[in-house]
Amino acid sequence: MASNKRYWKNEAELNPNDSIVQKLSENEFPEEIPVDEFLGDKQNLSDSKTNRRDFLKYVGFSTAAASLAACEGPVIKSIPYVVQPEQIIPGVANYYATTIANGFDFASVLIKTREGRPIKVESNKDALVGGSTNARIQASVLSLYDSTRLQGPLENGEPIEWVVLDATVKAKLAALKDSGKQIAFLTQTYASPSTSRLINDFKASYPNTKHIAYDAISEDAALTAFEMKYGERALADYHLEKADLIVSFGADFLADWQGGGYDSGYSKGRVPKEGKMSRHVQFESNMSLTGANADKRVPLSPSSQKKALAALFGKLNNSNVSTDLPETVNNTIDQVAAQIRKAGSKAVVVTGIDDVNAQMVTLAINEMLNSTAFDTEAPKYIRQGDTKAVNQLIADMKSGAVGALIMDGVNPMYTLPNALDFAEGIQKVYVSVAFSTNWNETTEVTQFSAAANHFLESWGDTQFKMGHFSLMQPTIKELFDTRQFQQALLSWMGSEQSYYDYIKETWTTSILGDASWNKALHDGVFSSIAGSTEEGTVIPSQEGSENASGTDMTPLTSAVQNLASTTSEGMELVLYSKVGMGDGQQANNPWLQEFPDPITRVTWDNYLTISKADASALGFVNENVANGGLDGSYAKITVNGVSIDKVPVLIQPGQARNTAGLSFGFGRQVGMKEEMQTGVNAYTLYNGFNATQSVMVEKSTGMHEFACIQLHNTLMGRGEIIKETTLEIFNTKDHHEWNHVPQVSLNHQEVPATSVDLWDSFDRSIGHHFNMSIDLNACTGCGACVVACHAENNIPVVGKSEVRKSRDMHWLRIDRYYSSEDTFGDDNIKKDEFSGAFDSKSGFEEMEISAENPQVAFQPVMCQHCNHAPCETVCPVAATSHSRQGQNHMAYNRCVGTRYCANNCPYKVRRFNWFLYNNNDEFDFHMNNDLGKMVINPDVTVRSRGVIEKCSLCIQMTQKTILDAKREGRSIKDGEFQTACSNACSNGAIVFGDINDTESQVAALKEEDRMYHLLEAVGTKPNVFYHVKVRNTNEA
Amino acid sequence: MKKVLYRPQIYNIFGIHLVVLLLFTNFLLAQDLTPPAEGDVQATTEAVVAGGDVVKGKQLFNQNCAACHSLNRKMTGPALANVETRLAEDEGLDKEWLYAWIKNSPAMISSGDAYGVKIYNEYNQAAMTAFPTLSNEDVDNILAYTAAPPPAPVQSATAVGDAATATSGSTGITNEIILGALVLVFGLLVMMLILVNITLRRIAEANNVVVEKAKAKKRLPLWKAFAQNQFLVLVFSIFLLLGSAYYAYGWMMQLGIDQGYEPIQPIHYSHKIHAGDNKIECKYCHSSSRVSKHSGIPALNVCMNCHKSIYEYKGNPEGPSAEDLANGYTNEFYTGEIKKLYKAVGWDEEDQNYTGESQPVEWVRIHNLPDLAYFNHSQHVSVAGIECQTCHGPVEEMEIMYQYSPLTMGWCINCHRETNVNLEDNAYYEKIHEALSKKYGVEKLTAAQLGGLECGKCHY
Repeated sequence: MASNKRYWKNEAELNPNDSIVQKLSENEFPEEIPVDEFLGDKQNLSDSKTNRRDFLKYVGFSTAAASLAACEGPVIKSIPYVVQPEQIIPGVANYYATTIANGFDFASVLIKTREGRPIKVESNKDALVGGSTNARIQASVLSLYDSTRLQGPLENGEPIEWVVLDATVKAKLAALKDSGKQIAFLTQTYASPSTSRLINDFKASYPNTKHIAYDAISEDAALTAFEMKYGERALADYHLEKADLIVSFGADFLADWQGGGYDSGYSKGRVPKEGKMSRHVQFESNMSLTGANADKRVPLSPSSQKKALAALFGKLNNSNVSTDLPETVNNTIDQVAAQIRKAGSKAVVVTGIDDVNAQMVTLAINEMLNSTAFDTEAPKYIRQGDTKAVNQLIADMKSGAVGALIMDGVNPMYTLPNALDFAEGIQKVYVSVAFSTNWNETTEVTQFSAAANHFLESWGDTQFKMGHFSLMQPTIKELFDTRQFQQALLSWMGSEQSYYDYIKETWTTSILGDASWNKALHDGVFSSIAGSTEEGTVIPSQEGSENASGTDMTPLTSAVQNLASTTSEGMELVLYSKVGMGDGQQANNPWLQEFPDPITRVTWDNYLTISKADASALGFVNENVANGGLDGSYAKITVNGVSIDKVPVLIQPGQARNTAGLSFGFGRQVGMKEEMQTGVNAYTLYNGFNATQSVMVEKSTGMHEFACIQLHNTLMGRGEIIKETTLEIFNTKDHHEWNHVPQVSLNHQEVPATSVDLWDSFDRSIGHHFNMSIDLNACTGCGACVVACHAENNIPVVGKSEVRKSRDMHWLRIDRYYSSEDTFGDDNIKKDEFSGAFDSKSGFEEMEISAENPQVAFQPVMCQHCNHAPCETVCPVAATSHSRQGQNHMAYNRCVGTRYCANNCPYKVRRFNWFLYNNNDEFDFHMNNDLGKMVINPDVTVRSRGVIEKCSLCIQMTQKTILDAKREGRSIKDGEFQTACSNACSNGAIVFGDINDTESQVAALKEEDRMYHLLEAVGTKPNVFYHVKVRNTNEA
Repeated sequence: MKKVLYRPQIYNIFGIHLVVLLLFTNFLLAQDLTPPAEGDVQATTEAVVAGGDVVKGKQLFNQNCAACHSLNRKMTGPALANVETRLAEDEGLDKEWLYAWIKNSPAMISSGDAYGVKIYNEYNQAAMTAFPTLSNEDVDNILAYTAAPPPAPVQSATAVGDAATATSGSTGITNEIILGALVLVFGLLVMMLILVNITLRRIAEANNVVVEKAKAKKRLPLWKAFAQNQFLVLVFSIFLLLGSAYYAYGWMMQLGIDQGYEPIQPIHYSHKIHAGDNKIECKYCHSSSRVSKHSGIPALNVCMNCHKSIYEYKGNPEGPSAEDLANGYTNEFYTGEIKKLYKAVGWDEEDQNYTGESQPVEWVRIHNLPDLAYFNHSQHVSVAGIECQTCHGPVEEMEIMYQYSPLTMGWCINCHRETNVNLEDNAYYEKIHEALSKKYGVEKLTAAQLGGLECGKCHY
């Protein structure tokens, strides 16, 4: 029976006489569609030169032309060498060992070249020291092909010839020789024996020369402390693989702390072996990569960290250090002190606090512990910047005492907090030259801009640490009319020698001894102390240490007291460097701009990180908008009278209360492409080269649009994704308990999910069967693999606005999860305790919010190469298919772009090409210019618009390995099979190999108790497997 | 679905015609083939120059000296025509010096012989190979050959030229004759038909037979009948549509397939001469096909390995064939192409050195596999040991290189399905061979059985 109810949408509808209501109900379009505007005016139509017939003609012609053009194949030219270089065979890659030493990143690397073009950076596994690469080093090859590079020398911005520059500079230097004015070299840290010798030679002919090393991000405090204690301006080295307990006070040693490179040693100790793994306690304010990996993380403001360090020293030294730290922190320090005592010489303390006292105290603690991980015998030289000297130089420049200023590898106008003073000073300098690869803030104010070589075009040498040398050799001829600083210096000194000969001379006379130069150049590395990382340096000179602790007692006590009585006012700002951007030298590198920060997962930006409590107090919000993008409020921050407005705010779980973080390396403007001008310049706040500043934060208007690639932050108790346990449980309980295989119901029986199959199995027992193992304990989340994958597989850069729409193209992502309770374990318990729908709903909503100091877990996820792949079954055109080698294939030219596969993939690893990303002015990154395209790997297809792509397990690399073996008629050894990511991972977290080879490492890893597959319950049987993360929560 | 290839059919038709045509021309050309025997006759008629046998000398010269010396032009070493008299007159050096020099020149250079050192420095310090095995008599023979007056090539060259014009003329004439004859025959036939027709009509008129034109007029025209029969129209249109669809599909399927693609190259490089006549191994020049995915177009320095000394084309021993001559492939033509090479590589023939001014040759690429397909030469050439000709056809017969195979995916797959892979004596295959043989129950395995049909093996 019909109801008499009357539904109404609006009160006005109740009035039957309302004309508007009537009109609305009758007309779908209440307003006239303005057809007349474009059709009604006959005059206009007839005046138009294009009539309907013309239109049809055009359509017909263009269709016909397009189809005709498609029929005719283009004539392709093939141009061989006139004289083919002996070592180049087209289609075969050559590798050269060289070194990156740009003042911030130092590493021995291998460069893969194809037809003479460097296309990929790999780590040099022969290197005992400095043989691991990070994301920036992996990406550095693209900076070689930067289209905005300086292509020749300039004078006041106008192109000149090198001869003119040489003549002018030489004449001016000669004029300055006896004028009493300084000739100043302001350079990056070289750590180069040859460059030091060269500058000394120069000093011999120009005694009024001063050389000032300048690090954009200073390690001055650590250097000064080391110098005070050991008499040499260097940095102590730490062998973290030897430590059972690592206590860090604000040291981000898995990223760039003191030059970085500690992650592989750290990871070695983090994998449980025979029931043992190292324990890591981190006191810090920002959530750093290191803190995220810690077993116990204590969020503390920098001033409290100092007090805590002093208190710890007191506890260990049995002296009484009184601090005003809260009770909980004091308890933690008691516990840590007890653990350190227990570990004895197996413990190590590190600090990243920019304070000489803190650094002194740390050195003293390590010495006191006689720590085996602590190495002062062979210190590191990769940071040498002297802030006092830099300040002195600026003062001298302003007073007119500097006659010549020659800069190399530095950009002080960008990186100096007092850049304006520098600009004022440089006006008074008689001649200024800046060696730079790009037009930047400094070249703008210098007289001569000397176009410098990229490191892949240069000769050089480096001493990373005492006794460990590395050689830099060009892998390509200079692309432009550029010259490296050392070569120019040689010619200014009137020498005819090439810098290559100069290096060879240095090496043969003072470094190599009896060893062969050619072998050293071939290997790229040379160690005069053999096997020093293994044994030998364990025993520090005991007399020295006892003497030191005896004589230096007085300054040490005052240092401790200074630390203990640290005061702070207001909010503390901690400036840091991002894994993806470092000090900002490579800000013009699209791979790095698009590289998601491991912690925040934000690309193309820097931002003020702030704790949830502070954010609500100050009125800052982060919210997700309808298109899935993340928006954040703007802040205005003021440090010491300098303010930056419109700094986007990102609420960071784990950020210590009353602190904020801001990263260096962004906010560059001069000489940059417009898309690359991202973020704000934190160097302007870097007062006194101290990373900790007192800051005033205010709310500013407007909302910032972030390009964040992970919007869901917490794991929400989904232990199936990241399985983790504690060392205690791991050691004592059966693996079924902590590595539980999900159960499904089969015939009303609970059976393990792995035993049920919807698909027929496919025989993979013959030939190779590739598997990849990812150890969540060894993975620090650094992201070197992400950039390596980018470079190897020609992955396009899509730009900020596309990333914001979740259209990022990374084949390999590193998911980062926070716990919403204090630990992930608590999350699981909480989830299990939900009863009833209402409870679940509110409970899960709560769990979406991460804890104030959450546990963090990283998980690299790429295509899992399922043996029973859900993507394959839904592809209507069979573009994706399985292989017997375990790789899931993707035939791009078969793909029609339905994206069914992406929708059916439980791991969300398939990427869709929404646009044509090469030769497209809308995406003006490296694939849009001929220079940038030189980095493209010729063995991998450059995908076009409208197809799905995904990780192939680097099939081009496995196929090459197989072919090489076939050609040489031999079987393949374990370790020969590699992927870009496994090759880039110096932590040993990613291991790749053939499980049909029962002797292989990956086959052994697959049998381990910690092995599990991602989302096992789905039954996809992936060929990528993970190892349960074990945390050493052992408090005693 | 079966793939329809039209091009071969068209070629077949053309081919048949061509065969017919060639049959005729061969008959007609047969009489023109008069081999000009010149060299030997001339050589024997030459007097034996004092003190040496010219014929033996020539043989020895070609065996030992010709790689670096020529009679009348500088090569790696100096020109040797009349070397004995030249040395005697200009330098005052006697035969003994020559004996010593030829037998061990490095020793003479190191001992500081003035002229020896001069020559050594003049020719880029390229030491001459020592020939201790040559006897004085041999040297005498060689010297006799160098002293012999050069053979007069003028006559034979003109003869060849005449022959060329004659043969090309004759082929033109034969074609015209055939055509003329055919036209004549056709004309006669038409005339005969007309005459017969007229005669018949006359007979009919004479016999009072009425030709029934009126009757025929009454009959419905065929097209109208066809148009009225709807069923027939329907059937016809269906067949028409099916037919056109068939042909359209066939046409579309051959798009982008450039089988037979034979572009004109900047330098007329004849694979027939190099790989066919001179039997140069393919991989001598295309060396990277052994180790790389590219077969590699040889760099010009590879050409210069031989062409430093081969500066002119001397043709086949029998002289250029009539067919070559018809195409304009004369010896002068080929020599001109070698000059093009010299120009590109920057080789100064006079001074026998590189000028440094080079101009890379822009070859037109013939085999264009799309970027989406990965093909590796070394896999097929080195591992599988497949002959180059399997895919590239009879290259040794190709005057102009063309694409022999269709290079379609179907073509690749077919071969992978049908070809047994040579797994012997390759340690890599040992285990796989054993396991797969057991699995499939066969001794020999095809590429497909080894996984050679998987998408990702070629597409990544």
